Amino acid sequence: MAGGIPRTARAAGDAKSRRGIEEPAWMRRVLIGLAVAFVGVFLLVPLANVFAQAMAKGWPAYQKSLGHPDTLASVRLTLLVSACCVPLNLVFGVIAAWAVAKFQFRGKALLITLIDLPFSVSPVVSGLIYVVMFGAQGVLGPWLDARDIQIIFAMPGIVLATLFVTFPFVARELIPLMEAQGSDAEQAALTLGASGWQTFRHVTLPSVKWGLLYGVILCNARAMGEFGAVSVVSGHISGVTETLPLRIEKLHQEYQAVGAFSAASLLAILALVTLGLKTWLERRQAIEHARGQNDSPSLP
Amino acid sequence: MATSRASALPGFGLTMGYTLAYLGLVVLLPLGALLIRVTSMTWADFGKVAFSDRALAAYRLTFGASFLAASLNAVLGTLLAWVLTRYRFPGRKFLDALVDFPFALPTAVAGLTLANLFSQNGWLGRFLVPLDIRLAYTTGGIVMALTFVSLPFVVRTLQPVLEDFEVELEEAAATLGAGRWRTFRSVVLPALLPALLTGFALAFARAVGEYGSVIFISTNKPYVSEITPQVIMGWLDQFEYASAMAVAVVMLAASFAILVTINLLERWASRFQR
Repeated sequence: MAGGIPRTARAAGDAKSRRGIEEPAWMRRVLIGLAVAFVGVFLLVPLANVFAQAMAKGWPAYQKSLGHPDTLASVRLTLLVSACCVPLNLVFGVIAAWAVAKFQFRGKALLITLIDLPFSVSPVVSGLIYVVMFGAQGVLGPWLDARDIQIIFAMPGIVLATLFVTFPFVARELIPLMEAQGSDAEQAALTLGASGWQTFRHVTLPSVKWGLLYGVILCNARAMGEFGAVSVVSGHISGVTETLPLRIEKLHQEYQAVGAFSAASLLAILALVTLGLKTWLERRQAIEHARGQNDSPSLP
Repeated sequence: MATSRASALPGFGLTMGYTLAYLGLVVLLPLGALLIRVTSMTWADFGKVAFSDRALAAYRLTFGASFLAASLNAVLGTLLAWVLTRYRFPGRKFLDALVDFPFALPTAVAGLTLANLFSQNGWLGRFLVPLDIRLAYTTGGIVMALTFVSLPFVVRTLQPVLEDFEVELEEAAATLGAGRWRTFRSVVLPALLPALLTGFALAFARAVGEYGSVIFISTNKPYVSEITPQVIMGWLDQFEYASAMAVAVVMLAASFAILVTINLLERWASRFQR
């Protein structure tokens, strides 16, 4: 109620009374200039530098360093790890959002905090907890050893650590979205005789699809780019347990600048694609949101 | 009421069961294992490692550098959020999208390129090093890397608040004869404060745990330029699990304290909106 000034009236007010509440033109220009300069130097220059350093010795050297078998193996492993983690956390995110957003129960706030927990744990600690669990001296270490199962310093450990750090992405995107949409549409579908699954599939899912995709994109970017957690559990065996970010570190330590920056350029491209998709999705969501508000006048 | 209507939807037991099982397996069980393992240490053993000189030096550097980075972000983030919400200029949407770049860029790439940029022969270092501004392989470099990775937090927490800000308040201040700066300081800034502090805390939390970008730009010397996650790594490399766990528990306690603070700040901030 408090901020209940209708949109149009407020916009008109804005246009009329710009004078008293806006900075002089010179100051506006200075502030815009500062912001643009800061973002340019601090964000764009480092990005451009990745590609410039990767190409420092020319295109053939760039191609050659990307074609190194160990670098190719690290790309494969990174894709594989992400292909394991993203679907698992996607399924979890959708299921958790349904349970949390569509029902009232005690301890809801605590559950949301627990789902968010991996975001506030340092990546290195995230890796460490799996070493404590599955490592040679770990809780399950002797048991695994007796059965000749290796988790730490092997791919399962990398998947688990990545699973942990990307755990909240989809869920935290969907929970507020599904909460805001309430459950009236689902109620209606059920009343009309749809099954629970049909209701989810044809009513809930379409209305959250952009948010879902948004969560998946962020989850994927983090899964492919994770460094700290994976570094702890990987064992750093070139060509075997080295993900792309770890490959960058290895090449950097070996003073192979072109190699390191070439590998980094792949992840920089991933970042740019992620950013582009994210911006596009945000625009889609805004359009959808505006349309939704026009279509269905909210009940008093 | 919404409560009774909502519970008519099917699938609560199944979805809640899956949620708890997956959460338990992936998050709670391994975290619990760490805590249980640590409780088997004696206090004396725990203290000897967790509060050793090496660990204390690392905590000082980690929290000090993170505090500086979050403070830098508070200033620069306010500037960016203000410019992005209040002004219309060509390239604004591009600038807005770029703010998220540090989230999208893997930290190893950020560390690699920043260290290179500010080294003696780098694009920026070649101008800065002769002026004796050395940001690669120094504490200043660690602060810069942490500022980079936590940049979006303050901007993104301030933006919605600035967008919803009641312009009428500023108009009232202007009518009463306050200059622009006075209005900003006495009217806008106090209203932004809760969100600003939340953004600061989020940036601080992110910086405290950061590892990937820092190791590329730091000299990684124990007692001098070693951040806390590196101390844990160091113990792990020597297969000293107990020592690594002790330091990790201190970090977990710190993250937990920051998490609680952020929750309180968000609750405080939400009282200011509507």
